[in-house]
Amino acid sequence: MAEPLRHRHSSVVRVTHWLTTLSFLALLVSGVEILISHPRFYWGETGNVRTSALFTFPIPTSRATFPNGYKYTLPDQNGWSRYLHFQAAWVAVLTGLLYVGFGLLRGHFRRNLLPASADLSTKGISNVVAGHLRRKPRSEDEGWSYNVLQRVTYLFVIFVLFPMVIWTGLAMSPAFASAFPTAVNVLGGQQSARTLHFFVTVLLVGFLLVHIVMICLAGFRDRMSAMIVGRGRGDVEGA
Amino acid sequence: MRTFSRRKLIATGVVAAAGASGLVVAGKLAKHYGLVPPDAGGLYGAGETLTYAAQRLLTRHSMAREFTRNQISANPFANEVAPLGDAFQRLQDANFADWRLTVDGMVARPASFSVAELKSYPSHTQTTHLACEEGWSYIAEWKGVPLSHILGLVEPLPQVRYVVYRSFQPQWWESIDMADALHPQTLVTHSMNGTELPVAFGGPLRLRVPRQLGYKNVKYITHLTLTDSLKNLGKGWGSAAPEAGYSWYAGI
Repeated sequence: MAEPLRHRHSSVVRVTHWLTTLSFLALLVSGVEILISHPRFYWGETGNVRTSALFTFPIPTSRATFPNGYKYTLPDQNGWSRYLHFQAAWVAVLTGLLYVGFGLLRGHFRRNLLPASADLSTKGISNVVAGHLRRKPRSEDEGWSYNVLQRVTYLFVIFVLFPMVIWTGLAMSPAFASAFPTAVNVLGGQQSARTLHFFVTVLLVGFLLVHIVMICLAGFRDRMSAMIVGRGRGDVEGA
Repeated sequence: MRTFSRRKLIATGVVAAAGASGLVVAGKLAKHYGLVPPDAGGLYGAGETLTYAAQRLLTRHSMAREFTRNQISANPFANEVAPLGDAFQRLQDANFADWRLTVDGMVARPASFSVAELKSYPSHTQTTHLACEEGWSYIAEWKGVPLSHILGLVEPLPQVRYVVYRSFQPQWWESIDMADALHPQTLVTHSMNGTELPVAFGGPLRLRVPRQLGYKNVKYITHLTLTDSLKNLGKGWGSAAPEAGYSWYAGI
């Protein structure tokens, strides 16, 4: 039973989605690259190989000065990684501003992401969870709008995780710290900012993985078509 | 159902044209106001220019955070130093009595200073953070002559835009713009944590630029050159850092 093609995502949502995807992947790859030059984390203002760490990854590193017991050193790739990281960060931030500005002006958040207060109750949430656990067939509406868990998750990623990852990233910059010292001090210092930057990234990667699994379960081709050309059928393929 | 209307096509064209010409104008303005870094060419030029321009617009006069004496790191890390060689050893054996800091380029009065002379000048002491691009850091108390004081002695010509600084190790040479060169916390440092600056940390003289990362804080400085252009130095990208793949502006 094929439904007619229906309009799903606006062009601004689609363009900003893929720009965010590209810049996030660039940030992730370059961020991991920078991390392996010093895979050790601290709390507070300072930390180095002569001080105690919060935790350390027992991996080979790209610096001979890092005491990790490996007999070899990986090649230094921090130069282009840093160039790429900050350029991709600009793309992510400008794209994010465009998306949030559009979302507020055109009612995208209110219409598509803000949960109805009735759904935000314990009952509303447990209904969605119970429906999934019982593998209840999806109602027609659900193919066209997000349920309460999806809405809360997207809003958390957009308005909590992304701002946090930008803030903790900026807090590591010595010039930013000089202009906005309070933004660093309330995080507990520049090394705390670096550690928080790592944990927020872990949460974002967790979101990305669950997001991809959900897309596959909901019908990969249809969801991709909705996010690329803007139209989809909304029914579940092969489910 | 959804077709491209002529109106939509024209509107898109107008927006695209406005955006493109806006970018060209923004680029010209940025160049005029000195907001384009010397390594702005190439794949990452857009990001570098945005970063440097934003920093210069927002943080030109901001002061690096200063810490209390209690926050000085008990275990600072000097990082590795390539062998300094016999010539350096001889200077060190003589307690750096023959070490000179030469200042030349676009100045009315080129000069050369001994470490003792520099120590006799008005000094500034600051307890600031030194962070390496790798991610580690420490806090120390640094004492030295503000670079602005030395520039005052040599009288820069009005067109000067950058100060180039060179190390005893020829592979290390860097440059900063006048916003950083004249900044009150930019020091020709000769002391650290109440003693002479140890060799491992850059003694006898290290340029401290606390609003930029460790690699701009060059150790063993011997030479300052004031210039209006970085085009004819090395590959013309401003300093040794971009030639090694790292960005010229390290305030981030």
